[in-house]
Amino acid sequence: MDFMPIIAALKRQKTAAALIAIEIALCCAIICNALFLIIHRLERSSIPSGVPENELVRIQTTSVAEDPDVDARARAALQSLREIPGVQGATLINQVPFGRSSWNSGLRLKPEDKNTIVNATIYYGDAAMLSTLGAKLIAGRWFEESEFGDFATLLGAPDGEQPKIVIITRQLGQKLFGNENPLGREFAFGDVPVRVIGVLDHLVRPSIFDDATADCSLVFPVRMGAGYGAQYVLRTRPQDRDAVIAAAKKKLAEAMPNRIVLDTKGFDELRDENFKQDRVMAGLLIAVVVSLLVVTALGIVGLASFWVQRRRRQIGIRRALGATRGQILRYFQTENFLIVTVGIAVGMAAAFGISGWLMHHYELPRLPLYYLPVGAVALWLLGQIAVLAPALRAASVPPATATRPV
Amino acid sequence: MFRYYAWLAGRSLRKNPALTALMVIAIGLGIGASITTLTVLRVLSGDPIPQKSAVLFHPQIDPADLDDWHEGEEPPDLIGYVDGMNLLKAGKADRQVLLTGGNAVIQPEGSSLDPFRTEARFTTADFFPMFDVPMLYGRGWTAEDDERRARVAVITRSLNDKLYGGANSVGRTLRIRGNDFQIVGVVDHWRPTPHFYDLVTGNYAEVEDVFVPLDVGLDLKLGRNGTMNCWGNGGGADPEHSPDCVYMQLWVELGTPEKRAAYMTFLNNYVNEQRALGRFPRPNSVKLRSVMEWLDYQKVVPSDVRLQVWLALGFLVVCLVNTVGLMLAKFLRRSGEVAVRRAIGASRREVFAQFLVEAGAVGVAGAVLGLLLALLGLWAVRQQPGDYASLAHIDLPMLLATLALALLASLISGLLPAWRACQVAPALQLKSD
Repeated sequence: MDFMPIIAALKRQKTAAALIAIEIALCCAIICNALFLIIHRLERSSIPSGVPENELVRIQTTSVAEDPDVDARARAALQSLREIPGVQGATLINQVPFGRSSWNSGLRLKPEDKNTIVNATIYYGDAAMLSTLGAKLIAGRWFEESEFGDFATLLGAPDGEQPKIVIITRQLGQKLFGNENPLGREFAFGDVPVRVIGVLDHLVRPSIFDDATADCSLVFPVRMGAGYGAQYVLRTRPQDRDAVIAAAKKKLAEAMPNRIVLDTKGFDELRDENFKQDRVMAGLLIAVVVSLLVVTALGIVGLASFWVQRRRRQIGIRRALGATRGQILRYFQTENFLIVTVGIAVGMAAAFGISGWLMHHYELPRLPLYYLPVGAVALWLLGQIAVLAPALRAASVPPATATRPV
Repeated sequence: MFRYYAWLAGRSLRKNPALTALMVIAIGLGIGASITTLTVLRVLSGDPIPQKSAVLFHPQIDPADLDDWHEGEEPPDLIGYVDGMNLLKAGKADRQVLLTGGNAVIQPEGSSLDPFRTEARFTTADFFPMFDVPMLYGRGWTAEDDERRARVAVITRSLNDKLYGGANSVGRTLRIRGNDFQIVGVVDHWRPTPHFYDLVTGNYAEVEDVFVPLDVGLDLKLGRNGTMNCWGNGGGADPEHSPDCVYMQLWVELGTPEKRAAYMTFLNNYVNEQRALGRFPRPNSVKLRSVMEWLDYQKVVPSDVRLQVWLALGFLVVCLVNTVGLMLAKFLRRSGEVAVRRAIGASRREVFAQFLVEAGAVGVAGAVLGLLLALLGLWAVRQQPGDYASLAHIDLPMLLATLALALLASLISGLLPAWRACQVAPALQLKSD
């Protein structure tokens, strides 16, 4: 195809051609970045938790009156929860993945170090925690029965009585010790040196402040009582969930008359709540991208139709001089391709500019380069689809038009 | 002349309904998206307490140890019990209040309602006069009540409606987690937006249902709600009263710039005194931000909301470029008509005006559509999660801004096509047809 006649013709309608190119450029810049943001949000909301979320339920309770025996009652209640048909495991834990409320601490390698290496979240779990949560232990071992302490006695106790062993996630191991094997290594928790005896594949934090440390968790062998935000976690098959929750509420009311159940939620529901904002934003971005494509396509249809109508006479002359329908069709397709290409070239530069601005203001990574060809192909396709109908109309102009006034 | 142009515009727009609809929809979509996001941004970046935001200040001091300290570090956002109480009791400001978020498990009288948990605020007495809290019944408590740890409570109108059917409940007894409190006041409708006095419990949180004196809430261990940061030994068994944990907010009222300067001096002196006693190992880092400075520093407006505004404006620009192209095509298609009008005596200016009227008509239609879309958009925002969603309502200034923006946008997009149309040379066009 010879471009020169097309370019010569475009020069006669610079404004309209430039408008389409500008529109394509803006579209390209916005769509590339929007697609990147959409993927980023969706990836974020599908971060692995390390536990089978659809099998786990958490139950939060709170006291309506003072009760000195509440911790003993809480543990008795835990035992009675395990007897509910359909319950595969039950544990009392200080916080749960995606549960928002969290206990965190900055960690140092040695107690005398001045600087924190990483902030981690602290799980306090009993012997049943691992089997109930179903987290995967990839190295070392779980705690033994004799290693557990009670939260009530540890609270405010001197450093010497605090737990000396800990289980950490793989990610936390990498942050603390790099690529070395964390098993058997020590780091400082407050002023207490603690030794790593096991490594979990994943155990996500209750609330994610920073995506890079979302999986930085550690577990201490500590049995919770009723207070301090302790919550029950039950494991059950998804189809048994409703029945188990109803039975658990009844058992808890019997076992602890001075406490009420605040809420019961599946871990999958907790995840949904946690990332709702991200999914809403992703949905919004998708809506904008689709609207942009539709508006731009309709704009191209409108302008191309106008051009075809204006050039009916010339098209007729070309047809009369021997041009085939296919040649006329390809003329308009090539014209559109040229304009869109100019728009894409400008748009890619703009996309990179916007990405730099987003990086600066929204702590996003740089737009990966492979988004640019994706955006380009999408817009080329869009242009070709949009121009097809007007170009076909042009191709169907009969040669006899040349002999008639328009 | 305007009426004639309007009539011409109407005729022309009716002649190409598809093209007209396309232009109107494009402008409407762009305007609708922009107004929706701008309204949300406007609601979220408002002044929560306009009559006093310039005289209310949030003192920050840094009592932490030297671990993880780096040059130029901001002091913590929160304050601990010891320092908070020292500054409160010093009474150097016109008014001062120390507060923290909490929980209240309420056991309603009678048996019609089950016990339930709601959010509470543990605060000292100045909260009510200092923040201009509107009272439906009764009033707040006094500094003496704080001093003698009186079990008094102020509740919100919504809780009063729930528990007492809206009747005046002052003097009645409210049972919170097994403790009896005497109700002394009921707060009328009040929702400072953002929830400036405590951003930890949510930037746009609703006002807590129950207010009780700070020390009473802490002593009875009603349960805290919020963030606590500790250093050193982590606060030990009683972090609420430890000097090494921060979790409370301190606000002061300083009526004049001189008082603000004097209070800064006072804060620095306080830090120096405490250092002499062996605390505050870090170099002095004292901040005293006003309400709006504080909200700005805390970046309360969610970054997603700002991103949405940029996205909507980008979308609007694309829609406008699109409309410019379509109008250009449309106007130039009528070159013959322009030539005739010019030939029989219309000036370029008159042709220009005629086409601008047509562009304006598209703008008005686009504005109406945009407004409807914005109302729909805001309704959709209100269905979203997040504590600010329910605040997304359009107000009169925003409504007028919509109309102005749409009209302006369509006139700007009409400028170029109208100018090109009025450049049409009459002789050439008449000849060629």
